[in-house]
Amino acid sequence: MSFIRRQRYLVDYILSSMLRRKGKNFGLMLVYSLIVFMLASVMLFTHALKQEMGLLLQASPEIILQRMVAGRHDFIPETYLEKMGRIRGVTERKGRLWGYLYDPSVKANYTLMVAEDQALDATEVIIGSAIARARGIVPGDYITFRSFDGESYSFQIKSLLDHETEIVSADLVLLNRKAYRALFGVGEGVYTDIVLSVSNAREVPKIAEKLVQRLPDTRPILKQEVLRTYDAIFSWRQGILFVLLAGAIMAFVIFAWDKASGLSAEEKREIGILKSIGWETSDVLHMKFWEGAVVSLLSFFIGYLFAYLHVFYASASLFEPVLKGWAVLYPQFQLIPSVDGLQVATLFFFTVFPYVVATIIPIWQVAITDPDAVMR
Amino acid sequence: MRKSDHFFILLLTMATLFLVSLVDTARGVAESTVRMDRTRSLISQLGLSDPALFTEARYTRHLSQADLHSAFQDHPMAMEHFPSGSLLMPPQHEAGK
Repeated sequence: MSFIRRQRYLVDYILSSMLRRKGKNFGLMLVYSLIVFMLASVMLFTHALKQEMGLLLQASPEIILQRMVAGRHDFIPETYLEKMGRIRGVTERKGRLWGYLYDPSVKANYTLMVAEDQALDATEVIIGSAIARARGIVPGDYITFRSFDGESYSFQIKSLLDHETEIVSADLVLLNRKAYRALFGVGEGVYTDIVLSVSNAREVPKIAEKLVQRLPDTRPILKQEVLRTYDAIFSWRQGILFVLLAGAIMAFVIFAWDKASGLSAEEKREIGILKSIGWETSDVLHMKFWEGAVVSLLSFFIGYLFAYLHVFYASASLFEPVLKGWAVLYPQFQLIPSVDGLQVATLFFFTVFPYVVATIIPIWQVAITDPDAVMR
Repeated sequence: MRKSDHFFILLLTMATLFLVSLVDTARGVAESTVRMDRTRSLISQLGLSDPALFTEARYTRHLSQADLHSAFQDHPMAMEHFPSGSLLMPPQHEAGK
C-alpha cells in the first residue's frame, strides 16, 4: 500500500512540475501524438485495405487468359474457347468484353464492360456511383459517349450499381454487347479476354501450364498472382509512406531526445534541492519515470485513437489525395475495422519505450552525484 | 481530487477506449458482412480482378492485368507521369520472370 501511496505522491509532484512548464510539455505531447497518429494511420489503413482486398478478390476468376501480340495485350478470338479444348477441372469458361473510355467532359476514365446477365437494351447502361457523382446524373437521365468513328451514342441510365460495392465498381459502365461493339468498332468473334473458373484451387497452376501449351500466344493471369500483386502493392505503399515520414520521425527523435536527455540547469537544480531535502536516488528515478510515462502513454493513446477514427470512421480522408493521384473518379468506401496486434505492439514499443528510457538515463547520472555539486 | 487521480482516470479512459477499438473491429466485421457479400457477388458475376482505387490511367486501373513495362507502353520513350505509377511496383507475375 505504501508503495502505491508513494507513487501517487510522485505523480502528483511530477504533474505539478510539468504544469509549471505547460507550453513546452503540451507542445511535445502534440508533436508526439501527431507522429503516432501518422504512423498508426498508415499502418491501420494499409492493413485494413490489404485485408479487404484479400477477402474481396477471392471472388475474382481463378484464371484470366489474355492474348499477347508483339508483347502487348490484344483481342482474343472466340475460336480460342474451342481451341483450348476440354481441360479437366475447369468448370466454366467465358469470354469477357471490356475496355476503357475517356470522357473529356469530366476528364475521367471509365471502364466499360458487357454484362450479359443484366438484360440491358442496346440503348441502356448501368453506371457506377462515382460516375453518377462526377457527372451529376441519376437513373433515367442520358449519358453520351463518342464512338471510335466519331459518332455520338446516347444511353439511358437504367440504374446505378450498388454504392456499397463502390470499391470495385466506382468507374464501371455496364452495357449491352451490341452497344459495346458499335462503340469501339470491335467485330464479332473476338473477346477482350477469357475467364476460367476452376473448382479445385490446387489444379490452377497445372491448368495454366496446359493453356500455355495449347495456346502459346496467350498469357494466363492467376487469382493467386492478382492477390499477391495487391498484397505487395499495399506493403510497398506503406513502405514508401514510412520513408516519406522518416524525415519527420527523425526530427521528432532529435527533438524528444534533446528534451528528454538534455537536462536544463533548472532541472538539475531541482534534483539537487530534492536530494538535499532527503529524496533518495530511487525516488528521483521513479519521478522521472512517471514523467516519461505520462508524456509517452498519453501521446500514444491520443495518436492511436485519432488514427483509428480517421481510418475507419472518416474514410482515411487524409490519404485520399495520395491514392487518388490525378484521377477524377474515386470510390467512397468504409473499410472493415481490423487491427494487427503485432503491428500495434511494435508501434507501442518503438514510440513509448525509447522515450521513457531517454528520460531516465540522464537523470540517473545527475541523481547519483552529490547534491551540493549539482546545485552549484 | 488530487492531480494523480485526474491523470489515472484519464489514462484508464484512454486504455478503455483502446480496448473498445479492438472490440469494435469484431463488431465491424459482423456489420460489413452484407456489404462484403454484395461486393463479392458483383466481382464473381462480372469476373472483376481489380479495385477501382486508381482510375487515372488504364494501366493503374487494372494493375493485375498490366505488363511489366506498362508505364512505358504508350510509346517507347514515354515516361511515367501519373502519381499512382510513381508509387507502384510492377505486377508480381511479371516481376519474377
